[in-house]
Amino acid sequence: MQYYAPKSFSEAIEISMEAKGITRFLAGGTDVLVQLRADILTPEVLIDIKKIPEVGDILQNSDGSWRIGAAVPGAQLNEHKDLKAQWPGVVEAMDLIGSTQVQGRATLVGNLCNGSPAADSVPALIAAGASVTIISPNGSRDVSVEDIPHSPGKTTLEKGELISAVNLPKRNTNGGDAYLRLIPRTEMDIAVVGCGINLSVKEGLVSDARVSLGAVTAKVILVKEAADAIIGTSLDDKALTALSLAASAACKPINDKRGTIEYRTHVAGVLAKRAAQIAYKRARS
Amino acid sequence: MSNIHVNTTVNGDEIGFLCDPRETLLDCLRDKLSLTGAKEGCGTGDCGACSVKLSGRLVCSCLVLGAEAEGQEIETIEGMSRDENLHPLQEKFIEYAALQCGICTPGILVATKALLEKNPDPTETEVRYWLAGNLCRCTGYDKIIRAILDTAADMREAS
Repeated sequence: MQYYAPKSFSEAIEISMEAKGITRFLAGGTDVLVQLRADILTPEVLIDIKKIPEVGDILQNSDGSWRIGAAVPGAQLNEHKDLKAQWPGVVEAMDLIGSTQVQGRATLVGNLCNGSPAADSVPALIAAGASVTIISPNGSRDVSVEDIPHSPGKTTLEKGELISAVNLPKRNTNGGDAYLRLIPRTEMDIAVVGCGINLSVKEGLVSDARVSLGAVTAKVILVKEAADAIIGTSLDDKALTALSLAASAACKPINDKRGTIEYRTHVAGVLAKRAAQIAYKRARS
Repeated sequence: MSNIHVNTTVNGDEIGFLCDPRETLLDCLRDKLSLTGAKEGCGTGDCGACSVKLSGRLVCSCLVLGAEAEGQEIETIEGMSRDENLHPLQEKFIEYAALQCGICTPGILVATKALLEKNPDPTETEVRYWLAGNLCRCTGYDKIIRAILDTAADMREAS
């Protein structure tokens, strides 16, 4: 294995374009190094991006939107009071991942690029309408987070492409978000179902919403039907029932020891209801 | 590939070592620097026995490459006592018998020191969640938690 620590994105891209064999980018390493240590996958080329300027920064742009560098660990997100106040769902979703030690290293971009359908931060990012900045030999472009996951362990990124940052939109004053997951214990486990919701409220009615589900299909998905079920409503019982049914209808889960198809499908509806209620309350506070 | 030369700071001392790119920081601490306080339990970031601080963040040193230590500041259990004086947490762990086989103890002490620096007055729940990534298969945790809460109270009083 060859280890590189380039000081710029262009250098990182150059190394990855010239690399032969399996190449991995390294930020927090809580997936890449676990795979290396467990002999699941040893990259031939490992490109550590942490020496590149700004990858460890959380910046608020002049228009109120946010830019979170690819190597910002969960602990740093959780310590950022303004970001947490505006996007509590995103920050709480990231905070659910792993132990204190894992939080010291694990990143949003790593969680996304690991490609797990059960990634906790991804439904929250998709619900938030977040994008990522992809740097490639042809320049950089912003892509919606929902367009990155492809299938378990796979993303839509091509060779030579690298995510430099996560972009969160400006938080409107009447908006709120939430992420909930179900695990069989109180912490340190993989989501059986995860649900992220971001919505805005005008005069008591939901004016727009985004609903995302994790661990119930082969990749984290945006569920438009679930959002449509609550837009224009005051999130009354009828709307919550419609939301729950739409969320469950979007599920095509696997059967495994952590949850049966029936259980995951049912829980998706329950979590959607509860997450919507939290987001609604946050939007109005 | 040839070995990588790494310059880093460990417990305040500037140190250099050569490592293979696949070697972890834990391997380097133990095998090259003879700092064997950090233990390898699982080797995959689940047990916390290898906990160290890396430039101010609590991490599992088994999930950090030695090469990543370049230019960083590392704090290990070996830097916890000052001269002949044990850290108050170490004193209290002995007083409470908050250890049995001792394999998890260095990691738990490093993790707990990091907690008390961040939050000098944690609740029992906060201590338990903070240490969720430090596994102990002997004590059942109760003495560890009581030792920590008592140390925190002493340190608040002393400050």
